[in-house]
Amino acid sequence: MNSTLKRAALACMVMFGLLMLNVNYLQAVRASDLKEDARNRRNFFARYEVERGLITAGNKVLAESKDTGDPEARFKRVYPEGEVYAPVTGFFAPENTSDIERARNDLLDGSSSDLVIRRGIDLFTGKTTRGANVELTINPKAQEAAYKALGASGKKGALVAIDPRTGAILAMVSIPTYDPNLLAPADKAAVNAAYAKLEKDKDQPLVNRAIARTYPPGSTFKVVTMAAYLESDSSLGPQSQVDAPQVLDLPNTTADLPNYGGAACGAGRVTLSFSLERSCNTPFGKIGMDLGYETMKDQAAKFGIGTDLDPLAIPMPVSPSSIGPEEDKAALAQASIGQRSNQMTPLQMAMVAAGIANDGVVMKPYLVKRVTDSEGTEIEGEDPEELDTAMSEESAAKLKEMMVNVVNLGTAGAAKIPGVTVGGKTGTAETAEGRAPHAWFISFAPAEDPKIAVALIVESGSAGNDASGGQTAAPIAKSVMEAVLGK
Amino acid sequence: MSAPGVEPVPLPAKRRMAQLVMLGFAVLIVMGAYAAVGLGIDQKIPSGMLTYGLGLGGFVLAAYLVLARFAPWADPLILPLVTLINGLGLVMIYRLEVGAGGKGGASATSQLLWTAVGVVVFAVTLIVLRDHRSLQRLTYTAGAAGLLLLISPLIPFLGQEINGARIWIGIPGVGQLQPAELAKLALIVFFAGYLVAKRDVLALAGRRLLFIDLPRARDLGPILITWGLSLGVLILQKDLGSSLLIFGTFIAMLYIATQRTSWVLIGILLFVGGAVLAASIFDHVAARVDVFLNPEDPKLFERELGGSAQLLEGLFGMSQGGILGTGLGQGYPGLIPLSFSDFIFAAIGEELGLTGLMALLMIYALLVERGLRTALAARDPFSKLLAGGLSFILAWQVFIIVGGVTNLIPLTGLVTPFMSQGGSALLANWILIALLVRMSDAARKPPPQAIQDEGLTQVFQR
Repeated sequence: MNSTLKRAALACMVMFGLLMLNVNYLQAVRASDLKEDARNRRNFFARYEVERGLITAGNKVLAESKDTGDPEARFKRVYPEGEVYAPVTGFFAPENTSDIERARNDLLDGSSSDLVIRRGIDLFTGKTTRGANVELTINPKAQEAAYKALGASGKKGALVAIDPRTGAILAMVSIPTYDPNLLAPADKAAVNAAYAKLEKDKDQPLVNRAIARTYPPGSTFKVVTMAAYLESDSSLGPQSQVDAPQVLDLPNTTADLPNYGGAACGAGRVTLSFSLERSCNTPFGKIGMDLGYETMKDQAAKFGIGTDLDPLAIPMPVSPSSIGPEEDKAALAQASIGQRSNQMTPLQMAMVAAGIANDGVVMKPYLVKRVTDSEGTEIEGEDPEELDTAMSEESAAKLKEMMVNVVNLGTAGAAKIPGVTVGGKTGTAETAEGRAPHAWFISFAPAEDPKIAVALIVESGSAGNDASGGQTAAPIAKSVMEAVLGK
Repeated sequence: MSAPGVEPVPLPAKRRMAQLVMLGFAVLIVMGAYAAVGLGIDQKIPSGMLTYGLGLGGFVLAAYLVLARFAPWADPLILPLVTLINGLGLVMIYRLEVGAGGKGGASATSQLLWTAVGVVVFAVTLIVLRDHRSLQRLTYTAGAAGLLLLISPLIPFLGQEINGARIWIGIPGVGQLQPAELAKLALIVFFAGYLVAKRDVLALAGRRLLFIDLPRARDLGPILITWGLSLGVLILQKDLGSSLLIFGTFIAMLYIATQRTSWVLIGILLFVGGAVLAASIFDHVAARVDVFLNPEDPKLFERELGGSAQLLEGLFGMSQGGILGTGLGQGYPGLIPLSFSDFIFAAIGEELGLTGLMALLMIYALLVERGLRTALAARDPFSKLLAGGLSFILAWQVFIIVGGVTNLIPLTGLVTPFMSQGGSALLANWILIALLVRMSDAARKPPPQAIQDEGLTQVFQR
């Protein structure tokens, strides 16, 4: 019987061999798919198992994890500042995340490869690994001033403030907003219901208007056209004369480009500075047509517009801005005054203002100042990066002078701060027929040594002309600049 | 020609000391695992660690002493291996009982109690059964007992249906028993005795067709009866696992006894026929196959009865464990339905990972190997067949349940030997081990010394 017993032993060996092979296949190969299966509730529990790091700005804690002691959902995410910072922090929901909570998730939950040393030390000292802390560049004073001022307008809108010297984002507000605490509980059903309600809201509180939505920039875009013009000929200056007809005839169309309300803007020929102060349409339409699409597009690209090959991330992705596709001369004239298919995010316009303020050098905007592990060791530091040089220092100085004139003499008087030289540009963006245009404002201060650049939009915030838009938008920018400059 | 040297036949050593050290090592591993559970759950060494550890240590020490006294030549590895498996099962049940995400139903105390009962039964078997060959005289008694045990759940008032399978009997004051586990032992004794008696006629008579020796039609009786029996279990008790277990073991023993491949082929044909028949008649059999093929199908996942949720939860657990596992007390094995019984293997896979499962399978494989080695070394056909059958059923049972849980074969409910919570299975398997130990002692014991020196003649028996 020994020969058959040996064969039976072989059969047993084969059975164990098959089991072992299959277990290897299951736990090493098939595991990754099964782990990510939405029905695997372990993912859900695992989200609440780690103590996520803090998100802070200045001395404020924007997001923290509280130990609830509940074995199935131990750490609860809490946002002490709630809606004010929601467009920055984002939310941490059972099945979803957004903004910083999403973009820096691997650091916050401690799974990043950058934290491998920390995890190694924790393994040996027997400590539970906590997530890394993320410190933001946001200036709480600016953020709160912006939220308050923009909220007081009673309209939807967005505001971005940047430190022109570094690109650090000092404030980022989007209104209406939401309370991330509503989406934080470890309760899928409740959170999904709350999320669905927010998503259905016609005012779209979940959309971060500062970076995820583009608007026609209106007259604020004229500074880009002006930059291109100044760069095309170094002899030009604020006092150079340009044609400012009452109506600009657009070639190959029956339409033409008037100034606002068809009014005259100066006396046929005006200085460049005057055209910007009064936001005349016709000179900029003509300048755009004279320079051509390529020149305009190149200039825009130097400010970071339309570089969709390398989408901007701050670290959350920013919707690309664009001056629109190449069409005919008429379209180019309209694009040159910020209409037609010209579409900008508020962040992009803040970059334009910051670039001009920073002597033509556009810095890459960023939100994360520092990342430290649970014991305070720095993982990531601040590292300002140049994005591009938009214009020469000389051209930038001329443009700055003209933008200061816009505040002191032109449409943006409401942005004046006593004792501080402020530069700015108002904008009115026509939208759909029958709806009030959007009011834009971009600015920087102090002009001699810029510490802040602001761009903001108030949706349907203009009664029609730049002056009225300036009345709505400029004071909001002013209050944010005052908060940062300590005035 | 020079006279051959009088070399002593190499005899197996008793190696009792090595066995004691290995037993201590097994208990240490188990106590370490207890500590890990406590540390994993609330950063404290559990207060029960000493109770459980010393309890288990005391039981196996008693088992060791009985073994050293009554079966001194027995294989030294068998008891430590069983101790380790049983201990790890206890730890896992303890973990499921106390841990976060734990599930009602797991009871470490009751399992420890049944382990004690198991060890007592092990000792009693060794003490009472001095010569296992006396079992051969009980061939037909064992057969009748096995049959009775197998059908006992169908007896009104005695049998109980739990989780859709009628495989339990209720005994007032004791609780539920799963008689199939004891039945499998009685049936193996019967198969061994019967096949030893009939193996010549089953092996030799017949005619050759192509390249296969076919048995005579009237010799097909036993295999057909066993087939009918397992189909009966399948149909009347809805117990796929036991049905497959008994039939498969019978075929294996038939092959071992007769050396005839045709029996295996006939067995497989009968099995496939039965399976196809069962799948076409019974929804629950077809459902198992559907689930096996597409465990991730959302439709099957949602299905209330006979869906894939249970299997998939187990697979989720094991995939979460990955290579190294989450660590004891740090996963969510409580999410796996029946993680303390049928799915304990998946629960271990989650917390101890691939590494732990490979080690566990290795221990089982070693245990089976020691059993088969006993069969090879045994000196009479009945012992060979009994030891072979008992070892094979252990391997076959592990294959059926672990293969089912890991989605290698369709899932059929069976206990994981020595690990799943449940008294009757623990009891039956400790008896199984006692029988193996008894036979191993007999096989390794030096043959009685001849009274006269018969010179150079050495007698071997194989």
